[in-house]
Amino acid sequence: MGIAEFFQHLMNGLTLGGIYALIALGYTMVYGILKFINFAHGDILMAGAYVGLFVFDGLRGDAPLGTWTLIAFFLAMLISMGFSAVLGMTIERVAYKPLRGANRLAPLLSAIGVSFILSNSAAWAFGTHSRKFNYPFDNTPVHIGEVVITPHQILILSVSLIMMIILKLFVDKTRMGKAMRATSLDQGTAMLMGINVNRVISMTFAIGSALAAVGGILIALDFKVYATMGTMTGLKAFVAAVVGGIGNISGAMFGGILLGLLETFGVAIFGIPTGLKDTIAFGVLILILLIKPEGLFGKVEKEKV
Amino acid sequence: MLNFFLLILIYSGIYALMAMGQNIITGYGGMLSLTQAGFFAIGSYVTAILTTQAGWSFWATLPVAFLVSALFGLLIGLPTLRLKGDYLAIATLGFGEIVRNVLNNWDSLTNGPMGIQRIPMPVILGFTINPYKKYAFLVMVIVFVIIAYILFQRLARSRMGRALAAVREDEIAAQSMGINITKYKVYAFILGASVAGIAGSLQATFTLSVTPGTYTFMVSVMVLCMVVLGGMGNFKASILGAFIIQFISYFPQLTGLSSVIPPQFKQILFGLILVVMMIWRPQGILGREATRYRKRAVTPTGGEQ
Amino acid sequence: MILLETEALTRAYGGVVAVNKVDFEVESGLITGLIGPNGAGKTTLFNTMTGLDTPSSGKVWFNNKEITGYPAHKICRMGIARTFQNIRLFKELTVVENVMIGRHFKTGKSETKGRFLNAVKSYVKLKEEEEEIYEKALDWLDFFDMEASKNELAKNLPYGKQRELEIARALATDPKLLFLDEPAAGMNPQETDHLMATIRKIRDLGVTVVLIEHDMKLVMNICDTITVLNYGQKLAQGTPHEIKKNPSVIEAYLGKDEA
Repeated sequence: MGIAEFFQHLMNGLTLGGIYALIALGYTMVYGILKFINFAHGDILMAGAYVGLFVFDGLRGDAPLGTWTLIAFFLAMLISMGFSAVLGMTIERVAYKPLRGANRLAPLLSAIGVSFILSNSAAWAFGTHSRKFNYPFDNTPVHIGEVVITPHQILILSVSLIMMIILKLFVDKTRMGKAMRATSLDQGTAMLMGINVNRVISMTFAIGSALAAVGGILIALDFKVYATMGTMTGLKAFVAAVVGGIGNISGAMFGGILLGLLETFGVAIFGIPTGLKDTIAFGVLILILLIKPEGLFGKVEKEKV
Repeated sequence: MLNFFLLILIYSGIYALMAMGQNIITGYGGMLSLTQAGFFAIGSYVTAILTTQAGWSFWATLPVAFLVSALFGLLIGLPTLRLKGDYLAIATLGFGEIVRNVLNNWDSLTNGPMGIQRIPMPVILGFTINPYKKYAFLVMVIVFVIIAYILFQRLARSRMGRALAAVREDEIAAQSMGINITKYKVYAFILGASVAGIAGSLQATFTLSVTPGTYTFMVSVMVLCMVVLGGMGNFKASILGAFIIQFISYFPQLTGLSSVIPPQFKQILFGLILVVMMIWRPQGILGREATRYRKRAVTPTGGEQ
Repeated sequence: MILLETEALTRAYGGVVAVNKVDFEVESGLITGLIGPNGAGKTTLFNTMTGLDTPSSGKVWFNNKEITGYPAHKICRMGIARTFQNIRLFKELTVVENVMIGRHFKTGKSETKGRFLNAVKSYVKLKEEEEEIYEKALDWLDFFDMEASKNELAKNLPYGKQRELEIARALATDPKLLFLDEPAAGMNPQETDHLMATIRKIRDLGVTVVLIEHDMKLVMNICDTITVLNYGQKLAQGTPHEIKKNPSVIEAYLGKDEA
């Protein structure tokens, strides 16, 4: 593999990883606070992509590519983020909140149910065919030396980077962020300290879902929009969250990038057939769970006896 | 109409086998496995391959299907059982996807996405059990269900059932009572896997062809739904759940409304069942089985808080 | 005779040394108390001896056999049973089922037949075996005067009874050595008195008892010998009388100024 080819795969891996990272954040934040996997997260991503697609197409009309399509795209992204945030909060309210403190399997089963409802409702409402999400800009690749970079890749990298920085600042610097961190450490104590835990949980779902919507739209530009688009992407993002150490925000970002790179280079270097590409993620998952179940940056949690 | 009803009963029986397997893992052992579809597929393919390529009879393939699925149960069980609830769910889900991936790609053995056709009908004492004439096949399936029920029921009422209950309730206390918790978790997994393998064999010889598309995540969720709906920790309930879920699945065709009711109707309903049951009736329709030492369960699903 | 002995047993979590080179010994037939301020490493010592935690270094002997690092279920089967500081009953199971689980490894094992044959036998003679387990469990409930509530769910028992049930469950494994982790915690004085009588009764059955306890009245009353831990290290060992007068123990408990 030449240097140029290496950089090409690196670039492809990074963009893929950036999207995984955005989605992984939602899993990790919810897990950090509620200690359960939001199985429906991938389907929120799908819902976000649909909303983004419809709003974008509506706003754009027949306009040719230009400044307006870019504005329309970002507007669509914002609206989709808002929609997904509300969707995420609603799901939490309806399907998870009544199960807080119940048997540990209960919220998990409920989440699987929600996931099924969402993806199949979408298939019913919007059909099982996939829809193209047009690029809001001219996606003619740019050549830097022998490396080919598309504007879409640049968009993915910059948007995911910006989102992650904002999130990191939010969690580290704001009062709400502090409340989130406190709640994830000890819900009971946080409540005693006057933190409105219900609001923190709602907020967590809102942010995670909004980020998923962004991830959904970014991935849809390359892979189209369809009802089950969230399943595999969601699972892989979850793997990314576990690799980074679930509950750990920086870990999720790192895990996402790492998984993106592993997938790209796995196919390129080790000649893993493309048909088995999806298997890489699960291989990584099982491996990491066996060797270092707390993930690369996670803390070991030991039950007190 | 009658034909449809027989079809529903046959599928109820095949799925009841899987549901009982899921129940020993989830209802008794308290572990959320999402991979019954994987074992189901393995059983089906063992029968399909051995009958079509090696010329074995259906009956001869049964023990092989049993053993191969049991072996995979052990293989997936040993490493993943160290994982806590949520991780286990994802890891097993990943396993199911890997199985389907492999079936899709291992052309020389499984014929890829095209699957395997012309599986011979089972013959017993010179009598061919023709799946198209349903009655005989139904009788065969019922015999399998009854045998499995009796074996499982007895097991659940023995030391093993109690050991699994202890593991479900509190692993640390169980260990300190001299129970080898890993051993019992693996047992539960092997049992659940092997009975799903048998169900797979029956499925293969009923449809007379197998394709990877049959063994999706949807199957695992359906089985889970059956257990949740009927009641965890109760094998009769699994059979009841299997019947209800199959009835729902074929409701549109049964009533001749399949042109009115969208195909996603059943999946959406499965999702709703999971959510609604968890919130309002987590113990399921029948609840945990009452035993000599325990009158009808007063509390929901049971398990660690 | 020394029933259990540790040699320089150490358990460190990263930089924190919870148990530091402790030499602990338990004389057969006696009631041994393990005391010390909060965070002294008492429960960690219990956990490392019973297989729930792995020692970082050091050794544990039981009945002249080294059991360091054995898994918990094996240690239980060798004859060490325990209770927990924060009661760990099988909450959704009934009282009698809890005790029956204690009998788990007592049946289905035989010296003459192989494992497989045994499994088959216990499967075929299910009723017989269950009856045997059930009767034994009832005997233990009787010992604690709890037969009447045998069909109640464990979580519905009053607190004091839950603690007793945990002891009954542990005794059902026929231990030679019983570890009790703060058995009197949360009990009122009457309940504590009753507990003291029970612990003596247990000792009279020939079971050696080791207990962690903060209730000094109980400790001084029923323990034949006491070991004091402080900051993970063994501070003192002796009869209740000796411990009461030991200046470093007084210092550890009351602080230097008051001493």
